Amino acid sequence: MLRLLTTILLACSLSCTASAHESSFTPKLDIGKGGKCVEDEATMRSHHYELIRHQRDETTRKGIRGGKYSLADCVDCHASKKNNSVLGSSENFCQGCHEYAAVKPDCFECHSSKPRKAAGGVK
Amino acid sequence: MSEINNDRRQFMGKALAMAGIAIAPGVMLYDVKAGNDGKPASSKVRWGMLIDSNQCKEGCDDCVTACSTENGLSGGKKSTDSQWIRKVELKDMRSGRSLNLPMMCQHCEQPPCVDVCPTQASFKRADGIVLVDKHRCIGCRYCMMACPYKARSFVHEELHDQNPEVPRGKGTVESCTLCVHRVDRGESPACMEACAKAGHNAILFGDLNDPESEISKRIRTVATSQIRADLGLNPGIRYQGM
Amino acid sequence: MPTPESLRYKNKLYYLLLAAGGLVALAGLYAVHMMEEHGHIISGMNNQIVWGLPHVFAIFLIVAASGVLNVASIGSVFGKAVYKARAPLASLLSIAMLSGGLTVLMLDLGRPDRIIVAATNYNSTSVFAWNVVLYSGMFSLVIVYLWTMMERRMHVWSKPAGFAVFAWRFVLTTGTGLIFAFLTARQAYGSALLPPMFIVLSFAWGLAVFHLVQTTIYAWNEKTLDPAILRRKKNLLGVFVIASLYMVAVYHMTNLYFAHQVAFENFILHEGGTYTMMFWIGYVLFGNAVPLGLIYAPGLGDTRCVMMASALVVLGGFAFLYVFIIGGQAFPLNIFPGYVASSSFGDGQIAHYEPSIYEIMLGFGGLAIAFIITTVSVRVLNFMPQDKAYIAD
Repeated sequence: MLRLLTTILLACSLSCTASAHESSFTPKLDIGKGGKCVEDEATMRSHHYELIRHQRDETTRKGIRGGKYSLADCVDCHASKKNNSVLGSSENFCQGCHEYAAVKPDCFECHSSKPRKAAGGVK
Repeated sequence: MSEINNDRRQFMGKALAMAGIAIAPGVMLYDVKAGNDGKPASSKVRWGMLIDSNQCKEGCDDCVTACSTENGLSGGKKSTDSQWIRKVELKDMRSGRSLNLPMMCQHCEQPPCVDVCPTQASFKRADGIVLVDKHRCIGCRYCMMACPYKARSFVHEELHDQNPEVPRGKGTVESCTLCVHRVDRGESPACMEACAKAGHNAILFGDLNDPESEISKRIRTVATSQIRADLGLNPGIRYQGM
Repeated sequence: MPTPESLRYKNKLYYLLLAAGGLVALAGLYAVHMMEEHGHIISGMNNQIVWGLPHVFAIFLIVAASGVLNVASIGSVFGKAVYKARAPLASLLSIAMLSGGLTVLMLDLGRPDRIIVAATNYNSTSVFAWNVVLYSGMFSLVIVYLWTMMERRMHVWSKPAGFAVFAWRFVLTTGTGLIFAFLTARQAYGSALLPPMFIVLSFAWGLAVFHLVQTTIYAWNEKTLDPAILRRKKNLLGVFVIASLYMVAVYHMTNLYFAHQVAFENFILHEGGTYTMMFWIGYVLFGNAVPLGLIYAPGLGDTRCVMMASALVVLGGFAFLYVFIIGGQAFPLNIFPGYVASSSFGDGQIAHYEPSIYEIMLGFGGLAIAFIITTVSVRVLNFMPQDKAYIAD
């Protein structure tokens, strides 16, 4: 199931990159603070789920903290400055792309969609 | 009391100094951190608590409030609200003596919740902290049926604005994490901090495996007990004055 | 002889029944949707009563699904022709009830969308995890068994398949009993008596369901069940009812003997309000005493009496499970022996539970699924028991 979802997401994001220039339907994302990501854009776009999923098991079950691929770090950088969240509208970073790819992320049922530090996400 | 403790401390200090050199120095420190530097939680550590019901003040629920604030719980007391820690008032049926104490996940060495969980979502970390992996929890509530301490709550409603360090969500079971996110930073659980702040010092957190830790020393010197010790689960939370 | 009119009428009735079943199942699905959307807050369940009405329905269906196979086992394993003729119907009912029960159990989960995790992260110490294997194994075994009975070329395999089902269903009901038997800390559960008790209860409930369905099918086809067969089967039901009453009595008596369990028994048998009423009136009187009268009293025991007795045994089963599951959780867990406890989390207090409409809808949805599977299968395939002209045994 997870693999299937990843494959779909992968396919969608690939087609997303391929047609990014000509299509007007590609999401206009508010990348928040942005800046240099932990991996290059293409890797993140296609593999972010595997990366955070791997680390989530390491952190939750083994207690390994401070890894590179932290969901909280994603949120810290990519929360929109408008509503201080990665969710909310189809412009918000996570929701926007996931809506476009028609994949429902399950992360934010439990995880906060807002950055760790005070409003604005300044570190 | 303090004299005895000091004597004992000196004696223990000498006796254990040699052993201390033999064991890795990091283990001896109070703030052994789980994976601050990417290392996993260590099985050399066993986190636990000693709760002194004589110091626990009737009517005070600072530990409960601190837990709610720290972990983003609503603090509500409805039967569907999560309560990770609760104040229990007890009255001895025969002598009539009354006492009160905080009750939470007892972080058993042999946790029934871990045995019964069909998906291994309930698990015990190497350092003895019993947690729910919410990525795996299917919400069957069998662990709640199995827990002898009623330590667990089920999230009955959708949640918003969780503490980024304490993920919690609808349809999964949760309980006291011993403030694992703080412990991994080398801090102590929020309830202990709040209790100390209120001047009661009824909660002592520490490494039960480290003979030099404050908690180990106290357990050696005063009579403590485990709740439902008859079940043989060896809880990491001990009580004094029961 | 069926006339064209009566056939047309029956055809209409069939689709009407199917539609009614479909509606109830849909209502169940709606309840699931609501519970998914809003969480379990809209159910009556809470942090004290963690398993509620859906579990009563699910466990009844699963236990009865195992028990109904008794009919098949007596035929295949012990070679009794009367029962052998009924083995296909019994197997069908087993599959139908298992499907209904498992659906309810699964859809009541907090995260049913993640059920696959139970297979990918299997915990071999969990009775629940064992049951996942037991349920799916039973499902497949019974389907194979049905195939060996309905396909002429496979007849030779019917006996070994019957044996396998016979063994499996004992293990399965043991597993169901163990779900509770392993809860050491709970006063109501944690007894080695529970697996055998559930096995005996399954015999009675399964046979009662079988009687109800068989009588309906005979009536539908305008046939009358041979009185000799009826007599034997009603006596069997009587024996099962007495045996299950005995097991329940022993369970409560052992508890009464243990000083630390007396308070709990006092709650269930004496001061528990709804639970006490349900136990004595619902289970003991209507679920056991009245059916036994209907079966054994001189002058009674005809088809209608057996039908009535069977329906009462089923209802009694629900009453029993309600008291066992919900009453068992309502009584406060004894965390501090020797102390009177009170807290904001229900320590020392009787827990409150009131099933919500969504739980009722979900439970009946499970029954509807079993009903639909049975109704459709009985119509498209031949499950009518075919008795020989002369019954030897």
